[in-house]
Amino acid sequence: MNRLIVNKIIIALSVFSALFGIGVLFWILGTLTIKGIVSINWHIFTHDLVEKGIRNLIIGQFIMGILASFIAIPVGVAAGIYLREYNTNKFGEILRNLSDVMMSAPSIVVGIFVYGLLVDPIGHYNGFAGAIALAIMMLPIVISTTDSMLSLVPKELREAGIALGGSKHKIILQIVLRAAKVGITTGILLAFARIIGETAPLLFTSANNQYLTFDLTHQFPSLTVSIYNLANYPDEASINLAWAASFILTIVVLIINLLGRYITRNKG
Amino acid sequence: MNMMEIKNFSFTYAKASKPSLKNINLPIKKNQITALIGPSGCGKSTLLRSLNRIHDLYPGNKYEGEILLYNPQTNEYENILELKKENEFINLRQRVGMIFQKPTPFPMSIFDNVAYGLRLNGIKNKSELETRVEEALKGAALWNEVKDRLKASAMGLSGGQQQRLCIARAVALKPEILLFDEPTSALDPISTGAIEQLVAELKKDVTIAIVTHNMQQASRLSDYTAFMYMGELIEYNKTEKIFLNPDEKLTEDYITGRFG
Amino acid sequence: MSGKLFKNFSFFSATISLILLIAIFTTLYYYASDAINTFGFWDFITGTQWEAGEDDEGGIFGGAIPIVGSLLTTAIAMIIALPLALGIAIFLTEIAHEKLIKPVSIAIELLAAIPSIIYGMWGLFYLAPLVQKYFGGAGIGLFSAGVVLAIMIIPFIASITKDAMNTTPNVLKESAYAMGATKFEVIKDVVIPYAKTGIIGSIILALGRALGETMAVAFLLGSVMKFPKNLFDTTTSIPVILANTFSEAEDLELSALFYLALILFALSFIIISLAKFYFLRNKEER
Repeated sequence: MNRLIVNKIIIALSVFSALFGIGVLFWILGTLTIKGIVSINWHIFTHDLVEKGIRNLIIGQFIMGILASFIAIPVGVAAGIYLREYNTNKFGEILRNLSDVMMSAPSIVVGIFVYGLLVDPIGHYNGFAGAIALAIMMLPIVISTTDSMLSLVPKELREAGIALGGSKHKIILQIVLRAAKVGITTGILLAFARIIGETAPLLFTSANNQYLTFDLTHQFPSLTVSIYNLANYPDEASINLAWAASFILTIVVLIINLLGRYITRNKG
Repeated sequence: MNMMEIKNFSFTYAKASKPSLKNINLPIKKNQITALIGPSGCGKSTLLRSLNRIHDLYPGNKYEGEILLYNPQTNEYENILELKKENEFINLRQRVGMIFQKPTPFPMSIFDNVAYGLRLNGIKNKSELETRVEEALKGAALWNEVKDRLKASAMGLSGGQQQRLCIARAVALKPEILLFDEPTSALDPISTGAIEQLVAELKKDVTIAIVTHNMQQASRLSDYTAFMYMGELIEYNKTEKIFLNPDEKLTEDYITGRFG
Repeated sequence: MSGKLFKNFSFFSATISLILLIAIFTTLYYYASDAINTFGFWDFITGTQWEAGEDDEGGIFGGAIPIVGSLLTTAIAMIIALPLALGIAIFLTEIAHEKLIKPVSIAIELLAAIPSIIYGMWGLFYLAPLVQKYFGGAGIGLFSAGVVLAIMIIPFIASITKDAMNTTPNVLKESAYAMGATKFEVIKDVVIPYAKTGIIGSIILALGRALGETMAVAFLLGSVMKFPKNLFDTTTSIPVILANTFSEAEDLELSALFYLALILFALSFIIISLAKFYFLRNKEER
């Protein structure tokens, strides 16, 4: 019967697609692990890029990521609260959609925008611009998570708070936000995992620095930008360092990701 | 004559420790309406869904016993629990149609909905399709209401019309048996009346089994009634007998509304 | 914090997306205005020359090559990604055994979490040599870039499509099976039509993503200012030319690069808005 054969073929193709996806994941992770492990040694963790290490790069990337989070989390959570708790009109609906659109904005364009805003007027690359670019990438994700997590909080909880005579902002901050805490935390972790691995927004903002520095007003060390630069060098040592950096970056990103999922599964 | 014979039938859902149906013995008589009644969770829908093996869409369920289906071509009974191949299932489901609780129009036009099963069967000839669709829609007492908008989306029909469309869709395949799983529970009284009238007329062509928790519906509509309780068949008999003079105390209590 | 102050702060925060959007357009336009005034719109997008003048003064800059490169890589990526992503979504919603759904979903989501620079590394050192071995050429080029881009957007399309397909009521599928439909027929006639708008939305959204993705293709496209002669030839695209020439560019060339960034941003803004406002709207009401 012809129909049955078509059915079998489609099912087989679908299974193949899934196997392909999983295969590629393991292929990438596998090569990354093999290349990464042979290139990792104690030296790279204790030295800076100028001495063929990645210590300053990890620290620099982390500082910019944390700083971006300090900007994006309060603003993003507040924006999510506004969209879900206060917004009643069409304008809010437009803001919600615009925030979704910003989530898919090309990261290289965000980098170039911040270059025009904070690098060109100052005259040189700086770590602060890098953090701002990452914050712009992070913001829409935090807004959207907060918005959708708050939508899961039952209306009765808010009504119960109002029935007890609480004022609206206290109910939001003390009851609603607390009820949505786990989901929002997960969303923030996933957003952090996303921006910590970004390269394009940093290329023309923080650029890179070979030395360990905490001075955010000048070129700032970045792990991802370094991977991009090192992979373009012709010598084996640089490429191996790029692999080591890639391996560590991926491990960190995936661990934060899995941690986020683990939190939701256990407490959500 | 029996279209179906259910013999020593037990059914256990995947992951369940106890069977949901225990040792059921029940005939489904040809060109008669058999009603399955009983309180929620008694297993009446589970039994109905065994008759076209729709349970098999979800893996891990366990069948025991026999469900025999009469085959008019060979003049023999075959045990549908022995079916394994996909084409056997397809064949079974074309012979044993099913109407669900809620109307389930497919996201396509009225015409395409009714023609759906025919096309699956490889009927491509346009005039044949048109004839069979018209025939089926007339059979489901829907033709006059939709004949001018066959190309319109089926989603635009009212709930009662959608349910009659689903009946037309099933009837178009000329099944031997039609299973109704509480077909009016989502409908208003007027639509319910129309569906009941339709079901009563359909029985001259097909054998019907209907699950209902509406006792008036069972008594109005059916020729035979089976009362089920906690996964067991308590009593099966002619409908008048069940409703006027049941043998079992449990049946009487349920009929008179003492529980349920 | 008083109620009023809190409300004002959250309102200001909510408007930040709008402010950013306006700021991005204005800033890009401001820096691009030199190039816009010099070349206009039509001459810029059809111009195939990209040459700086003497001592970096003036020069002729046309965006046709990177624009075509962007469209080509995106098209190749979509052609490869679509069937595979749809296959994965179908596998996860209709085929996979219950126990397999979770691990496979997590694997697909992890694929989406891997930073794009890692895809770039993998593509450059593993995929490109393979492509070279089997298809000849330089290894890097349109095809390699398209494949890596496809792998990056597959999880994205698959996960939105899967969610859309999961909204199909079970009883609707059952009634198709009850008429003797095969699994494929149920998917084709019931599930996909039911989830149609969500699926189209996810495809358009992925298109927007692919157009703007930079690091995965920066190594792989070749970064050469010429039209590709065939599927395996090198070329450049808007993100690639931005990533590779922006930091050394000055004056009019820098302005031309801002112009390209503006075009890229406008393009992806239009595409993503279309997906969001038209196809993925009312997501919560369904």
